[in-house]
Amino acid sequence: MTEQATRPVEARAIGSHHDRVDGPEKVTGRAAYAVEHGEADGVIDPLHVWLVQSTVAKGRVTRVDSAASLAHPGVVAVLDHTNAPRLDDTDNGELAILQDDRVGFRGQIVALVLAETPEAAREGAALVAVGYDQEPHEAELRVDNATYRPDQVNPAMETDTDEGDVDAALASADVVVDQDYRTAYEHNNPLEPHATLAWWGQEGDREVLSMFDSTQGVHGVVQALAPMLGLQPEQVRVRAPYVGGGFGSKGEAHSHVMAAALAARTTHGRPVKLAVTRQQMFALTGYRTATISHVRLGAAADGTLVAIEHAVQEQTSVVREFAEQTAAPTRMMYAAPNRRTSHRLARLDVAVPSWMRAPGEMPGMFAHEVAMDELAVACGVDPIVLRERNEPDIDPESGKPFHQRRLVECLHRGADRFGWEDRPPEPRTTADGDWWVGTGVASATYPAMRSPGNAARVLALGKGRYAVSIGAVDIGTGARTVLTQIAADALDVSPAAIDLAIADTRLPAASVAGGSSGTSSWGTAIVAAAQRFRADHGPSPDAGVETTASAADNPAEEEFAFHSFGAVFAEARVNRWTGEVRVPRLLGVYSVGRVINPMTAHSQLVGGLVMGLSAALFETSYRDARFGHVVTQDLATYHVASHADVLDVDAEWLEESDQVFTPAGGRGIGEIGIVGTAAAVANAAFHATGTRVRSIPITAGELLD
Amino acid sequence: MDAQLSLTVDGTVHSLTVDTRTTLLDALRERLGVISPKKGCDHGQCGSCTVLLDGRRHLTCLALAVAYDGAEIVTADGLAADGLHPVQQAFLDQDGYQCGYCTPGQVCSAVGMLDELKEGHPSHVTEDLVGEIEPSEVEVRERMSGNLCRCGAYPGILAAVCEAARG
Ligand code: FES
Ligand code: FES
Repeated sequence: MTEQATRPVEARAIGSHHDRVDGPEKVTGRAAYAVEHGEADGVIDPLHVWLVQSTVAKGRVTRVDSAASLAHPGVVAVLDHTNAPRLDDTDNGELAILQDDRVGFRGQIVALVLAETPEAAREGAALVAVGYDQEPHEAELRVDNATYRPDQVNPAMETDTDEGDVDAALASADVVVDQDYRTAYEHNNPLEPHATLAWWGQEGDREVLSMFDSTQGVHGVVQALAPMLGLQPEQVRVRAPYVGGGFGSKGEAHSHVMAAALAARTTHGRPVKLAVTRQQMFALTGYRTATISHVRLGAAADGTLVAIEHAVQEQTSVVREFAEQTAAPTRMMYAAPNRRTSHRLARLDVAVPSWMRAPGEMPGMFAHEVAMDELAVACGVDPIVLRERNEPDIDPESGKPFHQRRLVECLHRGADRFGWEDRPPEPRTTADGDWWVGTGVASATYPAMRSPGNAARVLALGKGRYAVSIGAVDIGTGARTVLTQIAADALDVSPAAIDLAIADTRLPAASVAGGSSGTSSWGTAIVAAAQRFRADHGPSPDAGVETTASAADNPAEEEFAFHSFGAVFAEARVNRWTGEVRVPRLLGVYSVGRVINPMTAHSQLVGGLVMGLSAALFETSYRDARFGHVVTQDLATYHVASHADVLDVDAEWLEESDQVFTPAGGRGIGEIGIVGTAAAVANAAFHATGTRVRSIPITAGELLD
Repeated sequence: MDAQLSLTVDGTVHSLTVDTRTTLLDALRERLGVISPKKGCDHGQCGSCTVLLDGRRHLTCLALAVAYDGAEIVTADGLAADGLHPVQQAFLDQDGYQCGYCTPGQVCSAVGMLDELKEGHPSHVTEDLVGEIEPSEVEVRERMSGNLCRCGAYPGILAAVCEAARG
């Protein structure tokens, strides 16, 4: 395959409105999600798989009695650690299910029931009797047990940083803010529960495992599963034409995907359907760790920072390590000569945490941006002025110049639109009937990332049409639409001339739809393939000629620090008698490079703001440490924002293009909307009431006098 | 135990035998291959399985199929039998969706809800219990709150439903 250095693309289709190409399928429900594929896709007469989960947090399985289950009409088989197919590699403790008798957390898969119908499978699972030799477990995150220092934090960042002399600077600072901030356990809860359809077959003399999976990255599923199953990557095919959201939880294969693969291994080619239930998702499909941030800010009397310290405590699982990079944004956000950050984990006997929208930035910026608000109050400086005063000239973390750091412009534009000028500086000064009213602001940031491992193919179809393919996945972001626009401009044709194929591992490799890197990574591979195609085959190619290429590394990444920025403004109304918080206005103003499609981009940014609002006011997975599981394991008890909670939420952006970062000019938009949003709400609630809440979700009781 | 029943789904009559434990949602999805109603929670907590059942919006995950012999069901797919329903067109115009998983449920819920409004059914936020009810943003938000959208497309959904209500 060729590697191609890309040139900037001239914007014709990109930057302008294009209807989502999959809209009619979605509004009618004809779009088929993972386990909705049927005979048309070769899925005939599937068996249904139901998961049996451990009811202890730690110990050994001593007995799996499946007699009653097997006697139930329709139950075909029960697999447990004594009879499940063996794996070649068990290093990934999350995926290596049913390989031994160890239980590492409550809710872990200990058996699978295969049956002719979902009803029989479910009943069959209830009839499996599992005995345990229980051991004492630790499932509570506390300040005194989060002491383990990981080698690195997600994705591959330094665990700790220390620059200058933080303690000396704090000791001599005019003003010090020294507080602890907490964020709750949160579950991604995409509306489509995780689900996998799998079957084994023969292609020539090779076995092939085929799957429809609800995933953010089809190639990633192959990379995780194939070696464990003793297969070559070509022997696993994964497709994900429609995915009902992910928000990080479908970024990596979780254990149910392996469960489907193992179950299908035993059925002699008959497909198996495994739909994780909403309740099971709370143990099996990832979540955001709770975080405790100890923040100390030292400043001169005018608010100029002299020291920043952010010491994070959070948890991981003994089964598999995941260290959220909560202090990462603190390393680059504001100027300060003295700065220290650290991450310490409690290694608990709990479900495996994973990515949730803006891992690191979301909880970290809650802490940092509420602390900045406290500093503004302590110094008597307007919160926007305080942030301007602490703008760095270069990236404090890397020492490189920022390419387009336009935070201050975002703050100013938002301030104008939000009417910040009229804001009384003192808290608890505005009442409207039974409601205290206040406004708050917070900054947002997210790194621009382009992932390696992407390639795209351009094939001339004749009559000016082109097939463009890449194994990217559209989890609702609009990737299908946006990549069509990028392909059209890269080939200098109309979007109507592009047949885009995505979401299949038979297509050129693509990285995960995560880290706001999808459009940058896939789009740049498409541009590389298109530009190479034109170089090789000219403007009027013969039908049938094709080029597959990947993009060369971008040398500018050595030279500049690439980040997006934003400013979030919130109005909060707090009922003086009940403490109820309403957010009538929420506005985000962003600098994210070129917006490829204003319609889908607006939806992404607003969706992020809504999820941030939801985190600020509602979301908490309550873990009962005595048993190790999440108690609030459904949508009635794990509250997410509903229609009635979402009032005037809007997003806008600065007109710009970052063609130094990507040839299409975008920097990524999927995560930044959730960053800073909870802080803006908490700061607004403080301004309304004078009561400072340092943890999310903000609950009514904390705001009552 | 099995039971015989007949269901009319999007205009097609089906006779089927179901396990009496089968929900209406599973009867549609697993037995009849009707995938328009989605399963987001299976517990009546998300709204993604909403259809119009004998003309009213209904959560099919909270209904046992055996109790609905003879029912007439219209899914979001059926609403588009003769081209997109105005509510569906409004969802496209106002970009009232991202991943699309809540969308068929939102659409059916909106269609049913607009009829309830026309018939004068009050909601928790209705001030005047006697007169005609305006399809205001407050009313629409309140009445659509049983349909969760984790993608957070609520502002687009609200705009779409209000556009459809204006006709
Ligand atoms: S699936 Fe029926 S309400 Fe969620
Ligand atoms: S569009 Fe994804 S849940 Fe509503």
